[in-house]
Amino acid sequence: MWCYEKRLQFPVNIKEPNAKLAQVIMSQFGGPDGELAASQRYLSQRYATPYREVVGTLTDIGTEELAHMEMISAIVYQLTKDLSMDEIVNSGFDKYYVDHTAGLWPQAAGGIPFNACVFQSKGDVITDLFEDMAAEQKARSTYDNILRLVRDYPDVYEPIKFLRAREVVHFQRFGEALRIVQDKLDGKNFYAFNPGFDKCKS
Amino acid sequence: MCEVNQRMMNEKEQLFHDIGVIDFVIVEMQLYLNTHPTDKEAMDYLSHYVRMKNQAMREYAMKFGPLSISDADGCQQNEWKWVMQPWPWEGGC
Repeated sequence: MWCYEKRLQFPVNIKEPNAKLAQVIMSQFGGPDGELAASQRYLSQRYATPYREVVGTLTDIGTEELAHMEMISAIVYQLTKDLSMDEIVNSGFDKYYVDHTAGLWPQAAGGIPFNACVFQSKGDVITDLFEDMAAEQKARSTYDNILRLVRDYPDVYEPIKFLRAREVVHFQRFGEALRIVQDKLDGKNFYAFNPGFDKCKS
Repeated sequence: MCEVNQRMMNEKEQLFHDIGVIDFVIVEMQLYLNTHPTDKEAMDYLSHYVRMKNQAMREYAMKFGPLSISDADGCQQNEWKWVMQPWPWEGGC
């Protein structure tokens, strides 16, 4: 089960609202490579994973992704706080505002709602870990894109830079988890079939 | 030897069960207090169970391995029990 700590993993204190930035950063909440998808991907994949070390990695990184989702949500919340009607209309935030006011709702920057099809839980630890490594790289690329857009806003830049660095660490850890799985593969498993489901013929 | 193992097993199961009961009281009191934030008696009741849970979690970590990472320092063994012990959905805990 889970426990909640009433703090952010990295502080978010944005002084100036900015609805334009909120609309792109929102993608890391409910977009295809966002933190909601990341957390549900890893936490769903855990159950069919046959090796405990790998389950630990999925559990702990999946949990950290929930903390990242909270950071992104805090950034979007602070960027959309106390907006005037003029700012809402001029920034293009009106299309989001009409359905959600200033509430948090998981969607991509382009307005596409969150969908579980942005991640997979395949029941095959090798397949899943390759997806996980790709997911960390995709999220890192998205944070790189965001960083280019927020260069002049240090209050936003710093927490995004932290999140980007975590993607790199997670990629590394998933790579190590994949190595552990490959080391454990049966010597006769030449084609790397699903070690949690298929059995080698002796 | 077998008897000692049996006693250890019973103690582990008992302590694990107690933690579940104590934590459920905390969950219930937390929800109640969120909507009744001035109920002093309820706050005292919660504090009592929070202390009990902290103590039980420490004891469990020391004897059988940590249930939460914040109790991982209570373990003496040189093994990373966090991943080596069964996960909750594997049954038995």
